[in-house]
Amino acid sequence: MSTKYSNMTVKAYRRENGRVGVRNHVVILPVDDISNAACEAVANNVKGTLAIPHAYGRLQFGEDLELHFRTMIGTGANPNVAAVVVIGIEPGWTKRIADGIRETGKPVAEFSIEQNGDFETIRRASWAAKDFVHKTSEYQREECSISELWVSTKCGESDTTTGLGSCPTVGNMYDKLLPEGITGFFGETSEITGAEHICQKRAINEEVGERWYKMWKAYQDDVIFAHQTDDLSDSQPTKGNIEGGLTTIEEKALGNLEKIGRTSQYIDILEPAEAPKSGNGLYFMDSSSAAAECVTLMAAGGAVIHTFPTGQGNVVGNPIVPVVKITANPRTVRTMSEHVDVDVSGILRREMTIDEAGDALIEMICRTANGRNTAAEALGHREFSMTKLYRSA
Amino acid sequence: MSEIPHLLVHEHADNVGVVVVEGLTKGTDMLCCVTHDNSTFRLTAGADVPIGHKIALKDLGNGDTAIKYGEDIGKIIADIPKGAHVHTHNCKTKRW
Repeated sequence: MSTKYSNMTVKAYRRENGRVGVRNHVVILPVDDISNAACEAVANNVKGTLAIPHAYGRLQFGEDLELHFRTMIGTGANPNVAAVVVIGIEPGWTKRIADGIRETGKPVAEFSIEQNGDFETIRRASWAAKDFVHKTSEYQREECSISELWVSTKCGESDTTTGLGSCPTVGNMYDKLLPEGITGFFGETSEITGAEHICQKRAINEEVGERWYKMWKAYQDDVIFAHQTDDLSDSQPTKGNIEGGLTTIEEKALGNLEKIGRTSQYIDILEPAEAPKSGNGLYFMDSSSAAAECVTLMAAGGAVIHTFPTGQGNVVGNPIVPVVKITANPRTVRTMSEHVDVDVSGILRREMTIDEAGDALIEMICRTANGRNTAAEALGHREFSMTKLYRSA
Repeated sequence: MSEIPHLLVHEHADNVGVVVVEGLTKGTDMLCCVTHDNSTFRLTAGADVPIGHKIALKDLGNGDTAIKYGEDIGKIIADIPKGAHVHTHNCKTKRW
């Protein structure tokens, strides 16, 4: 069925592997924490590049190491990234990450520091980065269907207004755009607690729903109950949630789940930072509810725009993915307007319907895809937080 | 709706509603709106309640279940008169 959303197009970058990106970053990617300094030096030498320093990458093992590789490769492979310079302390893991990104067909160069030192590594990597900037700055945006966008969501500093306004706005967007063929992501495993009976039923079929429930239960048992020292009264809901009027995790979860709208169903479940492989549709990614961690994982999974409902005013951004902030809280609009991209506070005044709010968000998604900088981009929010499963060896 | 509502309620089954205006004071004759069908009713605020916080739509007793979105959001742990503030001091999760 053709709708008014069917023929929407955006001007975006089509990558070598056919995916569509909305930014054109040249990323200088450290394999490990001790390569951050070299990456930052290269980014300082060559304008138009972006270093993504982070805290990990040494002595990790097992599933935690696999997650590290998936996050690094996924970040480099994201279609918002045009080219990547990878720098690691030694050549083995550096090559593994560079080769993983190379599968997209985009330009990748790799350098390792041992037996070269920072100076020589920075010199060589800076030449490669400069070549990439010249090459990719000539890439042109072209007309792409809105259906080719991969759009993620996660809310933060939620309050009761997110469940009333900003989360249903995202849900309305998904109800309208998923049928047009976009790919969507939601997650925040621990934050579904209290609404798990509803979330399980929103799976495309029973088999997917059962797999979802097992994953949710494992998070409860292996993460929450295994490590809790109190009733999580300062953690989930957070202090900010409680200040905003949310009293229990059940209340928070029911508001959170408004983000998948009325009709949307998820078609599969993803490991943290895993890219979807089951075609267009909505995916649940097993993920923390911490804002920067969750956005980082979804970006590594391939999302190119993130929609972020907030109540009390979470200010998070991401280095490679524009984060679109939506709020329905009139106090947040009044006190933190520099962080707000889409003001839907009219929903609370009953001046704006959820349908109108959803359309306003779709318009902002298109403008963001066309190149409009989000509030988080303009304010320099580039939070990149790796999820770590357990202590390193 | 010509008048801006003070309190929004998700579903008719709910026994709590959310304050959606800043600076609500005790004694305010609140316009309340059920978002499910935009039906309205009135209720007197029993306390100064901040924006985003909840108000009891009826008398609630210790041991009752708080209902919002038509769903269980936790247990009531103190007697709460209609119109009073409902939050962490008188309502608690059943989960952890």
